[in-house]
Amino acid sequence: MTDTAAFPVEAAEPPKAMTEKNLTEALLYLDGVTVTFDGFRALNALSFTVDAGEMRAIIGPNGAGKTTMMDVITGKTRPDKGDVFFNGGTTDLTKLDETEIATLGIGRKFQKPTVFESHTVIDNLRLALKGQRGALANIFKRETAQERVKIDEIFETIRLGEHAHRLAGALSHGQKQWLEIGMLLAQDPKLLLVDEPVAGMTDAETAQTAELLREINANGHSVVVVEHDMTFVRDLGVRVLCLHEGSVLAEGTLDQVSANERVIEVYLGR
Amino acid sequence: MRLSSPLAVLLLGLALFATLVPRAAHAGPYEDALAKFTTESYADTAAALGLLATSGNPRAVEVVDALADGRLLVDPAAGKVYIRGADGSLADAASGQPAAGVDAAALKAVRANNRVRGAIAAASGALSLFNPDPAKRLAAAQAVFKSRDATVLPALDAALAKETVPAVKQALATARAAIVIGSSAAPEAERIAAVATIADAGDQDALAVLQNLPPDAPASVKTAAASAIAGIQRTLAVWGVAQNVWYGLSLGSVLLLAAIGLAITFGVMGVINMAHGEMVMLGAYTTFVVQELIRAYNPALFDASLLIAIPIAFLFTGLIGVIIERTVIRFLYGRALETLLATWGISLILQQAIRTIFGPTNREVGAPSWMSGTVDVGHLAVTYGRAWIIVFAILVFLALLAVLRLTRIGLEMRAVTQNRRMAASMGIRTNWVDAMTFGLGSGIAGIAGVALSQIDNVSPNLGQSYIIDSFLVVVFGGVGNLWGTLVGAMSLGIANKLLEPYAGAVLGKIALLVIVILFIQKRPRGLFALKGRAIEA
Amino acid sequence: MSQTDTRKPALLGTGGLVFLAIVIGLAVLVPALNLLLPAGSALHVPTYLVSLLGKYLCYALLALSVDLIWGYVGILSLGQGAFFALGGYAMGMYLMRQIGTRGVYGDPVLPDFMVFLNWKELPWFWYGFDWFPFAAAMVLLAPGLLALVFGWFAFRSRVTGVYLSIITQAMTFALLLAFFRNDMGFGGNNGLTDFKDILGFNIQADGTRAALFALTALALAGGYVLCRYLVRSHFGKVLIAIRDAETRVRFTGYRVENYKLAAFVVSACLAGIAGALYVPQVGIINPSEFSPANSIEIIVWVAVGGRGTLAGAALGAVLVNYAKTYFTSGMLAPYWLFMLGGLFVAVTLFLPKGILGTFLEWRARRSAGSPEPDAPPAPGITAKPAE
Repeated sequence: MTDTAAFPVEAAEPPKAMTEKNLTEALLYLDGVTVTFDGFRALNALSFTVDAGEMRAIIGPNGAGKTTMMDVITGKTRPDKGDVFFNGGTTDLTKLDETEIATLGIGRKFQKPTVFESHTVIDNLRLALKGQRGALANIFKRETAQERVKIDEIFETIRLGEHAHRLAGALSHGQKQWLEIGMLLAQDPKLLLVDEPVAGMTDAETAQTAELLREINANGHSVVVVEHDMTFVRDLGVRVLCLHEGSVLAEGTLDQVSANERVIEVYLGR
Repeated sequence: MRLSSPLAVLLLGLALFATLVPRAAHAGPYEDALAKFTTESYADTAAALGLLATSGNPRAVEVVDALADGRLLVDPAAGKVYIRGADGSLADAASGQPAAGVDAAALKAVRANNRVRGAIAAASGALSLFNPDPAKRLAAAQAVFKSRDATVLPALDAALAKETVPAVKQALATARAAIVIGSSAAPEAERIAAVATIADAGDQDALAVLQNLPPDAPASVKTAAASAIAGIQRTLAVWGVAQNVWYGLSLGSVLLLAAIGLAITFGVMGVINMAHGEMVMLGAYTTFVVQELIRAYNPALFDASLLIAIPIAFLFTGLIGVIIERTVIRFLYGRALETLLATWGISLILQQAIRTIFGPTNREVGAPSWMSGTVDVGHLAVTYGRAWIIVFAILVFLALLAVLRLTRIGLEMRAVTQNRRMAASMGIRTNWVDAMTFGLGSGIAGIAGVALSQIDNVSPNLGQSYIIDSFLVVVFGGVGNLWGTLVGAMSLGIANKLLEPYAGAVLGKIALLVIVILFIQKRPRGLFALKGRAIEA
Repeated sequence: MSQTDTRKPALLGTGGLVFLAIVIGLAVLVPALNLLLPAGSALHVPTYLVSLLGKYLCYALLALSVDLIWGYVGILSLGQGAFFALGGYAMGMYLMRQIGTRGVYGDPVLPDFMVFLNWKELPWFWYGFDWFPFAAAMVLLAPGLLALVFGWFAFRSRVTGVYLSIITQAMTFALLLAFFRNDMGFGGNNGLTDFKDILGFNIQADGTRAALFALTALALAGGYVLCRYLVRSHFGKVLIAIRDAETRVRFTGYRVENYKLAAFVVSACLAGIAGALYVPQVGIINPSEFSPANSIEIIVWVAVGGRGTLAGAALGAVLVNYAKTYFTSGMLAPYWLFMLGGLFVAVTLFLPKGILGTFLEWRARRSAGSPEPDAPPAPGITAKPAE
């Protein structure tokens, strides 16, 4: 799943050889990405890669640039400097807008659950389902049998079947989080960006969510999870990247990262 | 020696002599002129007019006027000239005394043909060149400049020699140059010098003179004229731009006044106040009421009426603003589109209320004496009214900036805008701050109304004409940024006035609307946009 | 068990059918009562009333066009009157050309105002308007193209919310100024009027008036069915999703600007049709139709009836305009603006879902548990921010 040579890396320029390897093989490749808001550096020469099929957790204190990083990857924010490539270096994400990036196969779950509240749960999934996106064509669109099967599958995964015809706005917070993950699945992206999926969830829900994400990852989707909840990150059992002040502070397994002196200093506390 | 003919030398000499010894008893040019009228020859009549023009005799004007009206009568046999008054009585032209016992039937009116009529016009123009009033002399010089009548030249030279007021002297010199430049009799060097004199005047009229040289003018004169024309056109183009920029600044300050209150309510609070224009209108009506009261009870204070109206308008419209905020807007925070609709409703109510109280027609708001008048700056005519409004707009802007930066309430306003909950938890009464902020924005609109009452019709529809412009200014400048509003107002004002000469007033306005629409689409957050997380909320 | 609903949801719920029945009933009944009953009969509908009702129905169609974009996409256009007026001008130009030699100056080609301005020939943009099919096409094309160009710029640059409202207002204001100009060639501030006939029928005749009314009612019914179909299609679901969470829709891979643009253009065309039907029944079109105040008034019709309910928008247009006719013709005329202004405030404060929206909500609460209500839930006036 991940590179076996798991080594903690201090925030540093990757060696040239590694850069080239990543350009050719990595699913997502960020190099030297810098974003400035009115003099404030939200991202400072951020570099990291995500391989195809990998699940990655990103931790870091508030203001470390986690959300800005997602904004850059999904085309919401243009970086001032740096490269963002997708699909083994074939696609330059900085040249594309949100829609094009979504169509390429990058799905995003927001920190605050964002579902279409005045649609029913099933309509939320129908809207997200991979397929025709053209405005005029969708005036006459009818649901196909395959689409129906696919939606049933997603309902099984996200366990919201009994709520299918309720309005999404009427769901509980945790249910909305799951619905949003379900919508991501319906999009069938190569890469899922998940921003704090368990915020506000009960312990049981948190554990279920970790399981859900592992399941999604096992089905071949690459996943990047931003999360504060260390128990949840441990449950995921994946490589961890710690951000601080817009760049990578440490990278490795959770144990390696949480043993790192600087991580303890700026984030975990002693 | 610049004079072109011996005759002119003679005339000049005569004129000088005449002015030195105005009441000469022996025969002078005046008497010679009268004698020429009696010959009944058109040529002599015209020559007589020329003599009269430079005679310096105070009765010359009367004689020329009489000739123009056909009231100049001669007795060819006796060689006497009489003037018939409006009542039919006769006066001796030579002495000015009533003529008794003259047989009116034996007298003949001096006849005029076109040549004589031309000479009459020239003579009466030339005579005013010697008028004791400098303003009249200036006007006469300018008239000669316009007519470019070569026959006035001798009189002009005489006047030039005698003139002491610099402005009049220059006008005379320019007029003389305008005649000389087109006269084929004048030597080439003198004509080139005339080109230079005219180029110094440097206005549209000078341009016209240089552009209308006679076709037979020598090449050297034409060349000199061409380069002078280019020079004048450059200067005029610069002044033309300066003029438009001045008008633009004036319009910009009006826009600034109208928009600045909105920059508070919309820019700082995010409230779309469609009744903002009506706050301006209420300010203008406050001015009207204040002036009416002053007229009724203490007219001596009239010149101070605007200064008195400013605080009253501020408090009154501010109070209305607070009432609106407390009764309607506070229930709609965070719902911008509903606020827009509700405040539109309020604007209809306010308009109709004013219409019911004061009637639908325009109300007359007077201008204090210190606001009327004009001063010329170079080729610009600067009216005091416009200048004061620019000054006033800047003062209001600076005052508002100071309130926001330096006062406690300003600090609290900024705190509430940036983080309402944090401000509340620090003991700031956010409700009160909201009301005060809205009141401040409305009060500023009222002050704007005081100023706008001076340049616009005070009617219930006054506010309507400003609301769209005000919103465009605030959005164009960048929401939440007072400096943006200043720059936005001034650039829209100047752009509007620079467009007008090419497109006309209406098309210029339309073009500007289109430009702003396109601009907003290019930069939806305006000129001075805030970047970063803050705007995502 | 499958959660997917295999039965196709009905295009028109009970409410929709009731609405259609009323409109089509009016289309038959009003002309019949006008033409078939003698003038003395108690049930006779006088011709002025036919035209007045026709005017209301034009406004209803206009309100429907606003509701499509405001209620379902969250676009608050303060320039919808511009599309209405453009449709009206296209029809007005056809009607002017039909006058022929019957004008005051008797010029066979030039309308009176051009003769008055001493114009020698017809401006190029008046060509073709003597041919009805061309004029009818322009009724759709003029507003449609303006909406396409304007919307393309605006939506592509993501101008949303109040900013969009303000520039749509500036758009109609610019057109107002332009159409006031005599040398634009649209009759200046007098506009186009003194029409004689339409498609060969005398425009003043009872039969023509009744036919125009019936046509308007059918257009309203057609517009309703079209909007209803659109908002219930997958396309419409995307529109509602855009209204609720625009950013989410983008991240889901939809081209938000294309959806908005399509809805905006359809809406503009509907407004154009409403304008085209309005002009022959009212007998005049002038630049005041472009005034920003008119466009804002349309919004209040929709707000009163119920935003996002379609039928409610039409209902609101008829109710508010009936009230306007009633109050502005009597002793209360000076107070009408107080009432209209008060209506704006009252509806936003106390009835944010409008009449029909509130009714539907009440009914839904009473029969709680019914899985799919007839109409999609009314959003109230608030567009929730995307994030």
